[in-house]
Order: sequence, then C-alpha cells, then structure tokens
Amino acid sequence: MILEYFMLFLLFLMLALAIFAVETKDLLASVVAAGFVSLVASIVYLYLQAPDVAMTEAAIGAGLTTLIFIIAIRKTERYEK
Amino acid sequence: MAFFVASILLILIGLYAVLVKRNIMKIVIGLSLMDTGVNVLIISLGFIRGRTAPIVNVKDLLVNTSSKVVDPLPQALVLTAIVIGVAVTAVALSIVMLMYSKKNTLEIDEYKELKW
Amino acid sequence: MRKWLALAFLILLGFFLAKITSAFPFGVESWGVSKHYVDKGIEENRGSNLVTSIVVNYRGFDTLGEVTVLFLAATALAFLLATCRCRRRYERWEASLIVKAASETLYPLLILFGAYIFIHGHLTPGGGFQGGTVIASAVMLMLLAHFTFHPNHKALSTLEGLAGMSFVLIGFAGLIWGGSFLANNIIPLGQWNRLFSAGVIPLIYVAVGFKVGFELSGLITDMMKTIKEE
Repeated sequence: MILEYFMLFLLFLMLALAIFAVETKDLLASVVAAGFVSLVASIVYLYLQAPDVAMTEAAIGAGLTTLIFIIAIRKTERYEK
Repeated sequence: MAFFVASILLILIGLYAVLVKRNIMKIVIGLSLMDTGVNVLIISLGFIRGRTAPIVNVKDLLVNTSSKVVDPLPQALVLTAIVIGVAVTAVALSIVMLMYSKKNTLEIDEYKELKW
Repeated sequence: MRKWLALAFLILLGFFLAKITSAFPFGVESWGVSKHYVDKGIEENRGSNLVTSIVVNYRGFDTLGEVTVLFLAATALAFLLATCRCRRRYERWEASLIVKAASETLYPLLILFGAYIFIHGHLTPGGGFQGGTVIASAVMLMLLAHFTFHPNHKALSTLEGLAGMSFVLIGFAGLIWGGSFLANNIIPLGQWNRLFSAGVIPLIYVAVGFKVGFELSGLITDMMKTIKEE
C-alpha cells in the first residue's frame, strides 16, 4: 500500500518537473528537469516490473540525453527571451 | 489507472511545449518529454497486478509461466524505442545548432523563409 | 490567442486519449501473441530473460531495422555537423584533479560493467542496448573530464561496422543452415540458466552491444568536438 502512495507521489513529481521544464526561462535548468523526469520514469518502470527498460532509461534518459542537450546549449545560448 | 492519466498528461505537456513555445530548444525538450510519456503508457499497458518481471531464473517459474509474469512484449518494443529516441534527439539538436549558426537566434519566428 | 487555441486543442485531444485508454483495463491479464512467447520461450530458446529472447529472436528482424535507424541517425548527424559553421568560441579548460583521477579510475570499470551486462543479457536484466549505453557513458565521462581525450574515430566506425555485419552474417547463417533468417537452431541450445546457452542469442546481443556502444560514443564525440577546433 505504501508503495502505491509512493508511486502516486513519483507520478506527481514527474508531472511537476515536466511543467517546470516547459515553463522556466533558463534552458539549462529546463534540461536538468527533463533529465530528472527520465530518472523518475525509470523508477516507475521498476515498479511496473520492467527492469530491462528501467536500466536503459536510467542510462540514456538521465545520462546521454542530458549531455547532448547541454552540448547544444553550450553552442547556442542559455536563456530564453 | 494513475499511470495512464500521468502518461497522457505528460504527452499533453510535451505537445503544449511544441505548439506554444517560441524557443527551438524548448520544442526539442517538449518532444523528448512526449517520448517519455508514450513509453510509460506502453509499459503500463503490459503491467499485470501481482506478477513478477519476465525473467525466468528460478525453477518455480518454469511451469505455467504465463500465469506468473507480466507481458514482456511492450517492454521489448519500448527498449528499442528509447535507444532510437536518443539518436533522433541528437539529430534534432544538430539541426538546431545548424539553424543557430545561420541566424544567431533561437526564436522560431525569425525563421520565415518557408512562409508565404 | 495562439496559447488559448493550443490549450483548447490539447483539452480535446486529452479527452479523446482518455476515452481510448479507458477501454484498456489496467493491471489485468490481456494476452495477445506474447502468450506463445512466454509459454514456449524457455523451451524454444533456453534464455532466462524473456525480453531478450523476444528482442533478439522472435522480433530479431525489428531489432536489425532499429540498429539500421541508429546508424542512419549517426550518419545524418555527422553530415549535418560537417556543414555547420558553429560558433568556435571555446577556450581550453582544465578539470580539477579529483574529477580527472576519478574518471580515469572509473573508465575501465565502467567498460567492464557494460561488457558484463551484455554478455549476461540472456540470463539477467540487461543486454546489448543497456551495455552499449553504459559503455557510451564511460566515454562521455572521459570526454567531460579530459580536454585532450579523443577516441579514434576510424577505429570506432570500423568496429561498429564489423559488429553490425556480424549481426547480418549470423542471420544469413540461420537462413542457410537453419531454414529462416535469424533462426536459432544452428548451434546447440544448451541448458537453461547457464552462461553458454540460448544458441545464437548471446552472440547477437554481444554484436548489438558493441554496435550501440561505438555508435553512441561516436555520436557524442561528433557533437562535442565540432566546437573544439580552435
């Protein structure tokens, strides 16, 4: 039971982070929030009995995607007008 | 049920960013959020309450497997979709970098050569 | 104006999506074709991890297509960045000693861990895609910590091509000796839950692991190094 409430909390956290990622003006903060959404999603996959997908999402969503976004921001500009 | 609602809301948040935001980087972020939402939706379609992961490494699971594990097919599909997602995001970001090198701005309204 | 129009559209879309998904029950059994994969998977492939035997054997052709899409994306990225006159304002930087020493210690261990994941792909959670991404994140760590670190691009693309080719060659071997493309009866299947079991599944997943690892490493290196020229 407590696990289900924890999952509800994680889903709320995921949505709140997604809204933050869309609305903030600082693109770097936005990218880090989007990476956090992926990390929370990998915990959700673990609850849904998908350990393979959870491993992939943790390595790719939180690691590689965030890195390529940060490289692109470094080459362009950081703040949204 | 909460998983369906949350993943649909995640897809809608991503689509909102694609439709409303003027910054190209925000649009790409919205696309990657939509990607995550679709993946969570597909995985939660295959979930069955009270079952274990589809890895048969104890003797107990060998007989009558389909009454003891969750559906492995959505997991196999999402596994490849995630890896494609990162490659597609990388291509999108390199297009963004190319566009920025031409006009020195990330605002989508400045790129109106294709408008008529 | 545009914002409200978009919001109205999203509410409409959300309504229809909710209506569609409410037809699917959450958390109860609804087997389709995968009932066969689950019930007969151990008997036919002897791999403990059913997800692996679906990805590599039952749906192996899809995986081949997916690996091709990955290759195409890397090619398109290299092409786009070659034509890009991206900003070259990028001064030389030094990471701190702690970051450098820690990344040098972790680099071989992470590569070993990635190899462990894809060698045991048919027994435990994990496999070629997961192991490949772990290897790519080891390369990412080195690229972030060392300014001068540059993986040999030619070697990366050659090894990646060899790995992709061995996937196709194993498929053709199945076509010649086993009766169908990627057939899993050309070498003995072995016993359930052993390292040397499951026929060609571990061989293919090792090839996929190398391919994904080198592909993603090359992709990150391409993106990172276009600004490093001056």
